[in-house]
Amino acid sequence: MTLTTTAVLVPLLPFLGAVAGFLTGRRSPGFVRPLAVLPTLAAAVLTVAVAVGQGAGPATDVATRLTPTGSLPIDLALHIDGFAALIAVLVGTVATCVQIYSTAYLRDDPRYPSYAALVSLFTSAMLLVVYTGDLMVLLVGWEVMGICSYFLVGHYWETEAARAASLKAFLVTKLGDVPFLFGIFALAADTGTFRITGILGHIARDGLHHPTLIALLLLAGVAGKSAQFPLHTWLPDAMAGPTPVSALIHAATMVAAGVYVVARLLPVFAASAAALVVLAVMAAVTMVGSALAALAQDDIKRVLAYSTVGQLGYMTGALAVGDRGAAVFHLLSHGAFKALLFLGAGVVIHAAGTNSLAAMSRTGGLARRVPDAFWTLTVALLALAAIPPFAGFFSKEAVLGAAEHAATGHAAGIPGAAGWTVLLSGLLTALLTAAYATRLWLLAFRGTGPEAPDHGPQPLAMNAVLWVLFVPTVGFGLTAPLLPAWFDGRSLAPGATTSVLGTGVALVGGLVTYAAWRHTSTRAARAPLGAVAAVPDVSPAVAEEVAIDVHTPAYGDIAGAPDPADPGRLLLGPLHRHAAAGFHLDAVYTALFVRPTRAAATLVRFLDHAVVDTYVRGAGAAPRWLGAAVRRAQTGNVQTYLGALLAGALVLAIAAVLVATGTGA
Amino acid sequence: MTLAAAGPGFLSPTGVEIAFVLVGLATLGAALLTVTTRQLVHAALWLVAALGGIAVEYLLLTAEFIAWVQVLIYVGSVVVLLLFGLMLTKAPIGPSPDADSGNRWAAVTVAGASAAALVWIVADAFRTTWIDFGGAVQGSTEVSGRSLFRYWVLPFEALSVLLLAALVGAIVLSRRTGAKGAAEAVAPGTAGEERR
Amino acid sequence: MHLVYPAVLAVLLFCTGLYGVLARRNAILVLMSVELMLNAVNLNLVAFDVWLRDTLHAGQALTLFTIAVAAAEIGIGLAIVLLVYRNRGSSDIDRLRDLAERPAGPSAPDGSGSADGAPRPDTGAEATA
Repeated sequence: MTLTTTAVLVPLLPFLGAVAGFLTGRRSPGFVRPLAVLPTLAAAVLTVAVAVGQGAGPATDVATRLTPTGSLPIDLALHIDGFAALIAVLVGTVATCVQIYSTAYLRDDPRYPSYAALVSLFTSAMLLVVYTGDLMVLLVGWEVMGICSYFLVGHYWETEAARAASLKAFLVTKLGDVPFLFGIFALAADTGTFRITGILGHIARDGLHHPTLIALLLLAGVAGKSAQFPLHTWLPDAMAGPTPVSALIHAATMVAAGVYVVARLLPVFAASAAALVVLAVMAAVTMVGSALAALAQDDIKRVLAYSTVGQLGYMTGALAVGDRGAAVFHLLSHGAFKALLFLGAGVVIHAAGTNSLAAMSRTGGLARRVPDAFWTLTVALLALAAIPPFAGFFSKEAVLGAAEHAATGHAAGIPGAAGWTVLLSGLLTALLTAAYATRLWLLAFRGTGPEAPDHGPQPLAMNAVLWVLFVPTVGFGLTAPLLPAWFDGRSLAPGATTSVLGTGVALVGGLVTYAAWRHTSTRAARAPLGAVAAVPDVSPAVAEEVAIDVHTPAYGDIAGAPDPADPGRLLLGPLHRHAAAGFHLDAVYTALFVRPTRAAATLVRFLDHAVVDTYVRGAGAAPRWLGAAVRRAQTGNVQTYLGALLAGALVLAIAAVLVATGTGA
Repeated sequence: MTLAAAGPGFLSPTGVEIAFVLVGLATLGAALLTVTTRQLVHAALWLVAALGGIAVEYLLLTAEFIAWVQVLIYVGSVVVLLLFGLMLTKAPIGPSPDADSGNRWAAVTVAGASAAALVWIVADAFRTTWIDFGGAVQGSTEVSGRSLFRYWVLPFEALSVLLLAALVGAIVLSRRTGAKGAAEAVAPGTAGEERR
Repeated sequence: MHLVYPAVLAVLLFCTGLYGVLARRNAILVLMSVELMLNAVNLNLVAFDVWLRDTLHAGQALTLFTIAVAAAEIGIGLAIVLLVYRNRGSSDIDRLRDLAERPAGPSAPDGSGSADGAPRPDTGAEATA
């Protein structure tokens, strides 16, 4: 099997699995699990084969043109280089883990067949995006991911939160996709091709006519898909979906797509200094804001969601300073430990019977109930906080090193301001990341109070997956010396200054949080709080659905909880209230978009009812009145009819005579 | 030909003309009374006068056979039929104030307008046409009978069938349904035969 | 003789009959008016026949036919009037208003119940049947 055939099979297998799952899922439930897991597993194996076959060599480009499509040809093109091969391995691995995990997590779910098929389709679309060499084909995968995320986030559609979140995810990402589409068209119009290699070659030769405009248009789509400020608000709400879906979206597929596209098209962005600065500012605002928000969230999954937003901020920051190697490095390591974090959080939610950190902090012995999740989560949180020697440390140092490189003016064509912005915000975020990671760990596993209920051992499929993902979380950072050969060749080894600084602030953040927790945890016993949905022996998905559904009634808010024992409350001070609400960005959107839309709808409704309907009713009323008037002539009196008939005949006769004589008199 | 020959003027009428006009005025007056009187039986009697006047006009126009047929059929039978109809519908003998319906003024307008229009057209078309009574006799019984049975036999026979059909139809219509139902109840087969 | 005299007389008789048809209430009086109109036509036929001196005597023959048809018509017409009178209790033409589309409700424009008293149970029976 050649490399090309293998690479074609990679997106095709999950797609066929999805089709087969949709077709047979309802009739033959026995095939659902193999159909869900095996194609994805095979695709994951094939991605490894592709990566091995591709190696660190020059990029593989294959293209075929099905049909001529006018002035701008659309090719079915494959473009496999080090980035694509490694990201595909990540996608395949995480998707396989998610599928295996889901077989246990949603074991009693009546909608599991369609769920598994959608996950397969989602994976297939992401692999298509990764491997394709043509922007139109990329757009197809991009949009398929959008619709899959809509369905998967709304999997628990019985709950109000899930319905709202799925709609929000769809609308917000589409809001970004429209400018993205325009950006692609503008790019193709400028360069005359949709092929990425052609575009990049054109840029290298002739440059672009409108680089800033195109870059900003593309950036809107990337911000929507990759959940960057100001289009990130769908991601925390998307936590209303099942935990494996969150893992898939956050670690491997959807949010990674935006970063990957920017990495692929980095020369387009690098052609415009303004776009890079915008990207840097966007990244800075995203990472600092999301880290602050993460510190205030009560839902464990929302904490992780905001942390995803922040880590994506690191990646876009790396792209803003022109180092896509660092960005993709962070994407890979983040994908590994974030998938682990989410899947572990799913286990914790099941064991605790709640998704609220406030409730967990009042439950003792959670760590003993789920030892596998406890150990893997601990390491994953350390990786998230960039503590050496775990994966997160190396990738984050690569980003900070690249930022420092740009800030000190060593990177050609990159504005120093972008470097400084990314560097400073990155260090601040490192502090905050360590703080919220510590807070999460302390609240989840160091709670005091009644023992957690015993649901028995967690399913093997779930625990095994955790340990599988544990391996890259621990060890992936050690591959840093090998990776530059796959990427642009720039060194990804941590620099001394940024390593000391980054690790230092992370330790400070962790220690300060610990001190705050010591101070506040004594209040926990005095303020009873929490609604634990302890329903033993149900599937984890049901427990999670109940937990999501009761969070707002129990705590008054989907995001925060009035918990005085929360160290985040002490650390953030008056900022806590705003951070919990995501800095009121949703309120701003409500004021900016929702209210005007509703007002416009009201206006349209008024116009429809008062104006259009008036014409319609008038069109009906006029003939009715005319009919009523004419009906008065319908007396039923034959003599009247005859009189009118004769009068008419008379008039006609006289007229005929006058015409015949031609005189008129 | 005398078709286009202009006759004498209107200011020097012949005796026939004078008689025709006088009888015509009487006829018209009787007709007007027929359609305006409030006593229903009187209306029938005025109709006799009007139809009789028309018979006299036929005579003056030398159509004597038509005139006698007019007297026989109209005055003799039709008016009698109408009187029977009035009696059978229990028409009041005295004056009935509601003899005219509500749209009387519309009727006056329509009738007056048609009269004006038709008189204008007829007078305009025939003001110089003259009827010459000289020559062979036109309307004697012999002449009429000869032409009727020589040239018009087929329509004549068809008309007899029409009269028969009208007769049967009138009988069927005016039979009492109650009696028919009783007859059917007694002997349905016979009643069916009769109807056929 | 001037042709104008019989022609004008025929016109006036016709219009008199027309007025009667349009204005009279009793159906038999309407029939009388129809007779007047028919006679006006007959008068025209005779006058023009005399004037044209038709060898076939078409006018006079047609007059005879018209008289026969009028006799048939008056027979059928009277039978119909009798039938109507027997069913409705009245032979007033302007009360026979079943052709009119009545608006729903009690404010029907027709007059006393005698004209409509008979058909209403019929329609009711048909509706329930």
